[in-house]
Amino acid sequence: MPSLSTLLSLFIDGASYGMILFLIASGLTVTLGIMRIVNLSHCGFAMIGGYAALALVSMGLPLLAALPIAVLFTMAVGFLLEQTIYRVVYRTHEFGQILMTLGLTYLMVATINLLFGSLMQNIPVPEALNGVWLAGGLTISKYRIFLVAVSAGVAVLLWATFEWTMFGAKLRAAIDNPRMARASGIDVGRLLSVAFAAGCGLAALGGVLGAQMLPLEPFYALKYLVLVLMVVTVGGLGSLKGSLVAALALGLIDTFGRYFVPEFGGFVIYVTVFAFLLVRPRGLFQNA
Amino acid sequence: MRKPENTIGTSVPEMRSALRTHRFGWFEIVMLVVFVAVYYLLPGYLPLATQVAIMIIFAISLDLALGYGGIETLGHAVFYGIGGYAAGLYALHVWQEPISGLLVAAIAAGIFGIVSGVVVLRAKGLTLVMLTLACATMVHEFANSMRAVTGGDDGLSGYRIDPVFGLFRFDLFGRTAYIYSVCILVVVFLIARVVANSNFGLTARGIRSNAQRMQLLGVPVLNRLVLLYAISGALAGIAGALSAQVTKLVGLNTLAFTLSGNVLIVLILGGIGRLYGAVIGSIVFVVLSDRAAAIDPFNWLFILGGLIVLTVWLAPDGIAGRFSALTQQLRGRERKS
Repeated sequence: MPSLSTLLSLFIDGASYGMILFLIASGLTVTLGIMRIVNLSHCGFAMIGGYAALALVSMGLPLLAALPIAVLFTMAVGFLLEQTIYRVVYRTHEFGQILMTLGLTYLMVATINLLFGSLMQNIPVPEALNGVWLAGGLTISKYRIFLVAVSAGVAVLLWATFEWTMFGAKLRAAIDNPRMARASGIDVGRLLSVAFAAGCGLAALGGVLGAQMLPLEPFYALKYLVLVLMVVTVGGLGSLKGSLVAALALGLIDTFGRYFVPEFGGFVIYVTVFAFLLVRPRGLFQNA
Repeated sequence: MRKPENTIGTSVPEMRSALRTHRFGWFEIVMLVVFVAVYYLLPGYLPLATQVAIMIIFAISLDLALGYGGIETLGHAVFYGIGGYAAGLYALHVWQEPISGLLVAAIAAGIFGIVSGVVVLRAKGLTLVMLTLACATMVHEFANSMRAVTGGDDGLSGYRIDPVFGLFRFDLFGRTAYIYSVCILVVVFLIARVVANSNFGLTARGIRSNAQRMQLLGVPVLNRLVLLYAISGALAGIAGALSAQVTKLVGLNTLAFTLSGNVLIVLILGGIGRLYGAVIGSIVFVVLSDRAAAIDPFNWLFILGGLIVLTVWLAPDGIAGRFSALTQQLRGRERKS
């Protein structure tokens, strides 16, 4: 049995990994909840954000200054795409949507490849966050703690927006029943555009902050897509709470699984997800 | 969350097309002529043409599941990979005879189709898509971690394949491989046609259009879907096995998400639910990706991505769909005049 400190540091690793997954998945679950569109490009936005930050940092900007610019940039890209290509995507049948967004992902991969090359890249961590804290035989990476803190803050902010603002109320209505929401005078289309752009921003945030764990490369958009989709499905479509729980659970299961049964590596998590979806095909929190 | 396409059930043109497809048309003849012509006229391109043939088999198998049964899957590569590994392991440890290898692969993939189908096919819509994806990723990771058996990242290799029927040795230029693959393709195409046009195939179409109604009519929907999934899986397994025998290598990429995506792209390019769409789509896809990769190995994803987006946008029924719409227009015009 490993020592308590090992368990604790595994826990922190798993939790920070899960929080990154949550940041990336949160936008997807909202758009999926409203429009029932399987947006396979979503991970691409995390990648765009990551690379935008990388470009800014390599121009000499500190990471914390590059972060908001990268997020805003990704939101702009997402908004533009939503206004153009996604208008066509919405109109096609369910499977066409899957394929079109897959095609779009390929285009993103190719674009990033053209601009940044195919090498794996890391965004350097700022000096202040580098290193570890030592506390009673426990080594905790500062950056991981920073990650958990930031993403927990974002999660609280999201939750507050959802629960306490008019915008959040409208979003919840649109997720529960888009037609009824439309009938009661909510402009669901505009709501979706805003949610889409915000979701891209969140994904970008996850992409930038998580670049340590999920290193940037052109195939990023495809490589982590499966994980993100699983978070959304396990959590239940349109449920932020579900995504949060699912992301944390997946992050922890994956980290602990890799530690305790290394010979099965990434296998554990997929078995878990598969078994879970069989028992609860609608995910954790979905009653629709 | 699929809406029933049509409340009456099967539309009249669909019924007419179902009856018409029993006959062999000009398409099969053209296809055969093209395959023979390639052998004599383009000997340098036989390996590529073999890939096309294998892709056609794979796409046909997906078309049975997706186009006829409406089983939306993002993990069809799982059957291709299982077939490939089954054939590779069989050749490595049991017997190097190719045709029995194909059968073993088909049985392995078919059994996996039944087992996974029973659990997966209860779901619908997005959950089904995700379950197939999770299932495929699971097997992919499993193959990755069973390094001792599958070779992990390095892939499975180092096996021989005996001459076909003990007579035709696999040569360096890929002549035997090509003829062998095309013959298997013809067999698979015929099987798929028989399945698609049988009562069973029509039931499957009925389920795709309106599963609830079929259930009310007394059709055991889940059983039918599982059977269709298993047949589709077995055929996909044959495609994977062919690839394993011809290239003498089975890699993890045979189980990868990208392959599942690619075969979907092939089908959407060619057109879903009409078998020959798989043929057209495979030719366009394999040749185009080969050419594009030869011209610009780094940026060919641009072409692929653009192609998918444009196809779904402008020709949602694929090339074959455009084509049959055109011929139908022409026919209509003839009738009027």
